[in-house]
Formats: sequence, C-alpha cells, structure tokens
Amino acid sequence: MRDVAIVSVAQSHHRRSAEELNEVEMIQPVIRAALDGVGASISDIDFTCSGSSDYLAGQAFSFVMTLDAVGAWPPIVESHVEMDGAWALYEAWLKIQTGAADTAFVYSYSKASPGDLPRVMSRMLDPYYAGPLWPDSVAYAGLQARAMLDAGVTTERRMAEVAHRNREAARNNPNAQVVGSPSVDELLATPMLSDPLRVHDCPPISDGGVAVVLAAGDRARDWAERPAWIRGIDHRIDGHQPGARDLTSAPSVALAAQRAGVDGSFDVAEVHAPFTHQEQLVLDGLGLGDDVDVNPSGGALAANPMMAAGLIRLGEVATRIMDGSAGRGVAHATAGHLLQQNLVCVLEGGD
Amino acid sequence: MAVDDSAGGEGLLRAPLVIEYPFNRTTGPVVGAFVTALRDRRVLGIRGADGRVVCPPVEYDPQTGAPLDEMVEVGTSGTITSWSWVSQVREGQPLQTPHALALIQLDGADTAMLHVVDAPGPESVSTGARVRIRWSDEPTGAITDIACFELDGGAS
Amino acid sequence: MTADDRGDRSISTLPEGLWTQPTPSVPVDLGDDPVRRQVVPASMRYDYTPGLASTRFLRGLAEKRFLGERCPETGEVYIPPRGVSPVSGLPTTEQVEVGPKATITSFCVVHIGFGFNAPPTPFVSALFLPDGAAVSLYGTMGEVSHDQVRIGMRVEPVWVDDDQLTESMENIRYWRPIDEPDVPAEQLKGHM
Repeated sequence: MRDVAIVSVAQSHHRRSAEELNEVEMIQPVIRAALDGVGASISDIDFTCSGSSDYLAGQAFSFVMTLDAVGAWPPIVESHVEMDGAWALYEAWLKIQTGAADTAFVYSYSKASPGDLPRVMSRMLDPYYAGPLWPDSVAYAGLQARAMLDAGVTTERRMAEVAHRNREAARNNPNAQVVGSPSVDELLATPMLSDPLRVHDCPPISDGGVAVVLAAGDRARDWAERPAWIRGIDHRIDGHQPGARDLTSAPSVALAAQRAGVDGSFDVAEVHAPFTHQEQLVLDGLGLGDDVDVNPSGGALAANPMMAAGLIRLGEVATRIMDGSAGRGVAHATAGHLLQQNLVCVLEGGD
Repeated sequence: MAVDDSAGGEGLLRAPLVIEYPFNRTTGPVVGAFVTALRDRRVLGIRGADGRVVCPPVEYDPQTGAPLDEMVEVGTSGTITSWSWVSQVREGQPLQTPHALALIQLDGADTAMLHVVDAPGPESVSTGARVRIRWSDEPTGAITDIACFELDGGAS
Repeated sequence: MTADDRGDRSISTLPEGLWTQPTPSVPVDLGDDPVRRQVVPASMRYDYTPGLASTRFLRGLAEKRFLGERCPETGEVYIPPRGVSPVSGLPTTEQVEVGPKATITSFCVVHIGFGFNAPPTPFVSALFLPDGAAVSLYGTMGEVSHDQVRIGMRVEPVWVDDDQLTESMENIRYWRPIDEPDVPAEQLKGHM
C-alpha cells in the first residue's frame, strides 16, 4: 500500500441558503483555498474527483459546471460520484494506490435550498415499495429513532444531550451554521416536530461544500509539514429495506471500522450522524472509548450540506492532525437513509 | 424570471423550476407478482434463504444474495414495529392529513413493510399496535393499492 | 472468456451462476393480465436562482444586450457567464458586452423536432459566436432556407417585441443572416 495523506482542506461557511450564488460561484472560493493551501495549481493534480447530486438543486449535470472552478481546460483526468464526497475521496485514494496518480483533488458540495429537501430525499428510496409513498426524510429517520427508543438503546434525554454537546462545540467552528444550544431540559420541553424527533434532533438544511488535496509519499511531505496520513479506509453497506434491517444497530459501521483498522486510542473522532439518535449507533459501531473527543466541529448537527458533510468529517480530523492539535483520529461518513452506507477512515500524523 | 425586490439592492432573479421524471418501470417477476396480487387485495411475501418470509418481497436474499423462488401469501393485518408522526403532510403522500409513517409486520411475514397509518394523533399510535389494510377503491397494481393502514378497532 | 461471450446479450442469458433470474412460484392466481410495468411519476418543484453572473447576463438580455465576462488570466470572454473561467478556474468579474452580430460556428438541419416548442421542420439549430466572445450561444435560424445555412455565415438576433422582453433567452426569437461576408473557417478555429 502507498502512503497517502490529506495535505489541504477548505470548506465554505455553511448557511441555510446561498441563493444569490449558483453552484460554481459557491464552490469556487473553496476549491481555490484548498489548492492555495499547498501552493498547487490544477496542473499539479493528477486526478480530480467530485461528489454531488443533481436532485438537490434540480440542476442537471451541475458537477460539469462546477468543474469550471477547477480550471478543467485543457482537459483533466476527472471523475464524479453521485454520493457524499467521502466516497469521491475513496475513489481518489484508490486511484493513487493503483499508481496512476500521485496527487488528487477531491471536492463536494450541494445547494439543497432551492428544493424541499425532506421530499427530495425520498427519491433515494426503493422506487417500487417506498418511492410512491413519498416519505419525508425526517419521518423516515424517526422510524429508526423510535426503534432505538423502544428497545431502550437510547432515550430522548440522551438524544437531546447529543444535540446540546454538538451545537455547543460548534461555537468553536467558524464554518458552522447552527451554533450554541439551549439546555438539555429546555430542549426536552420543546414540541415534537415528527414524533419522536424534535427540531433539535434534526440536522439543519445547508448550502455549502468542501475541498481536499491528497498526495502520496514525498509529495505529501513536500506539501505539508504534518500530512494527515490515511492509515486505513473502508466502506460497507447494509440492506436497503428498512423493515428487513435491525434499525437499532449499524453493522456496516462496525465492519468498516474493523477493516479500516479502528483500534487503540484516538485523540479525536468526527462522525457523520445527521440525526441525534444516529451518533450513538456510529460510536457503538466504531467501538471508541470514552476518552475520545467526539465531533469538536459540531458535526452534521451544526452544518449538514448534503454530499459534503461526510467529507467534511475527514477534513475536520485531517485539519486537527495537520495543525498538531491531534495525533490520531477517526472519521466517519454516511450515505443514504438511516445510516445505510458507511465509510470509516483512520488518519494520523507522523512519518 | 420574476424579480424578487425583497432581497434588497438589485434583487435576485428567481423562477419556479419543475422537474418531472415520468418513469415507466418494468417490475420483473417478483415485484410484478406482488403488485398484481395487491390489485386483487392479497399480499405476497417471499421465503428467504433462512426460511424467513420477506414482505414486501425481494428477488434476492438480503443476507446471502441467493435468488429466491418461493412466494407465499401473508395476512392483510399486522403489527406496527416502528413509527413516526408526519405532522407536515407533503404532496404525493398517501394521506393528506397528519398520519403515522410506519413499519408494519404483516401476519405471516418476518420483516416489516413501510407504509402509513391513518390515526387521529400520535397519542393513538404505538409500537405493537395491530393494524389492517385499507384498500384503495381504484387499484392499479402498485404499493398505493394499499391506501393506508388503519388501527384495529381503530380510532380512525 | 471466449470471443463469443463478449457480444451484447440480455442479462438473462449470462453464463450459469453469473446471473440467474428468479422465476418464483406464486401461490395465488395472477390472472391473465399480470402487472409488468408501472408508471411512477415524480415531480419536483424548485425555487431556482441563477447566481450572480447569470443574473447580470439575464438582466442584459432584458435590454437586448449580450453581457459576457472576461477570464482574468486569458482575457477570453465567456457567454453565458457562470461566474468562473473554465480555463483558469478564477472568478470572472469584468463584464464585457459582445455581439449582437455573430458568426455561425456549427449547425444542424433538424428534420424530426421534439420538445413542446420546437419550430416546424425542417429547421436549423446552430451555435452562434457573438462578436468578441470566446464561446457560442445556441439558437435556431429563421428567414433563410435550411440549405443556405453554412459555417462562417454572419447573423444577428431577432428579438421579441420590446413589451415582451424579460430576463430570458426566450427574448431571442431566432437568428437571421445579415449582408456581410462569411468569416473564413480558419478564423473560427478554437471556437468550433
């Protein structure tokens, strides 16, 4: 295996609606900042991979437009996934492993604001059995929360504590959209949004994006004083029928974690749990100890740009390794509904 | 495009954009049998590799990937295994009044089906509650031939 | 895999074990008209905003002007502008009025129209390079027989009546020839 590291990370200041910008105008400063972070131009990049979904803004082939911000002419080696950018990073990492590239540029973004996101998300479901029912994504997540509550795996208080801790942590995140939280008791006194979920249990709807530079070996050492080395990365998927899954566990998290080499101690963990009840499922799957700093960024509860919030988790861990505030960290990204698909990445500093 | 002067300054241009996907999907033999039976007010599952009955039925075993070949009839009543409350109804949903989204394990099945339950409020719904199918008056051979589920002895 | 295996074929004929189509036994009578297809319509509404550069372009169109934007590195003018130069990846900030006269860089004679507002066939769809721009706009030709259209032909837009002008490409009814000599193809190199 080749040593591959994240050497630069940039993200937008996420907000509810970047309505004055089109997608390329929104992501261009982020792309430029990530490349500038290592003094690179696109001619230094061997492979570019992006993640986005046209359903979110109703903009056909928006990723082709956003390639303008990379400077894609003369033609570059380029790919795209209709998934969170964490999977675009996985493809780029794989490309470097094959030896076909030494450097890669990965970015992802979305503008969910033009549409009704909870309704748009229903188009991701089985088109025969679920799609015609148009279940909104909040009520759909509520099925998982209810199963966990019924099984005693979590409590409404514990869910509120997750909301409170993440959004208080977001006070230190200049890119966060939802910053600060009422007390847990105050949260529990609020009405249900989609019983058993209250507003604080749900992620914000966010417009934004993230960009990351990857490099192998000495190139990474040239570009960064402290590269964030990818020591393990894996992704796994659970079945798609919600009624045929045990919603009170996330086996694909545990398997991906095992395959990515999640053991020993970590300074930091960033997990992609859009709904409060999901954080516990991810942490249980990762099998982390109590001494790990979980979601110092505030996680997806502080900002949840679709297709980017997973890659942002990898970026948040990498940033802390690159700035020396953490030595070893684990990042998690999820895709689909109800933690259906999960990616786990172990990052560390050192040589 | 209309000019939205409320945005201040020159205002933003904005326009409604409607995207339609008029998909005409083939069902294949398993989904086809399931929705054909729904049209006749019967529900089919399929026996998985471990003997469990999966409903709604799938072509391949969710665990092993083995092709499945034995469809079985299951009941039209069942039990709620999980649910959430839909307070803000959206276009296209089976019920246009607040209702429960639910996973329902039909009698004779070992997995649960996603559908909606007509109920007056969240306080009348509970995991473990018994529900039965309310059939559509105009079946077309689709999951929506089940208009919704209603509570047994129901308040609805 | 043999050469015979590499041709196109339906997935149900793939070699045994690679893929098998389930043919389940069904315990009920499905009648003589089983469901084989479903029409599953999906309609989604968006509140579309075009972004800063496209807004400037669309506002220009409402005044019958073509406003492109210049790449700060190459000096080329892009239209319609998206706000970013596709060559340098840098924001375009300088607006440049181009056209309205233009040159045909490519065209197609359409004999089968589709779409709900396609003109009567045969018609000519074409790419029009406005004077001063680096890239072409798409549109249709009018006031000329389809067999007279050629690459390098000089044209101008025909606008809708002034009271019909909006911030829309629909302001251009079509393009028509003007009495100017053709532009030689070699001068269009890089723009075709």
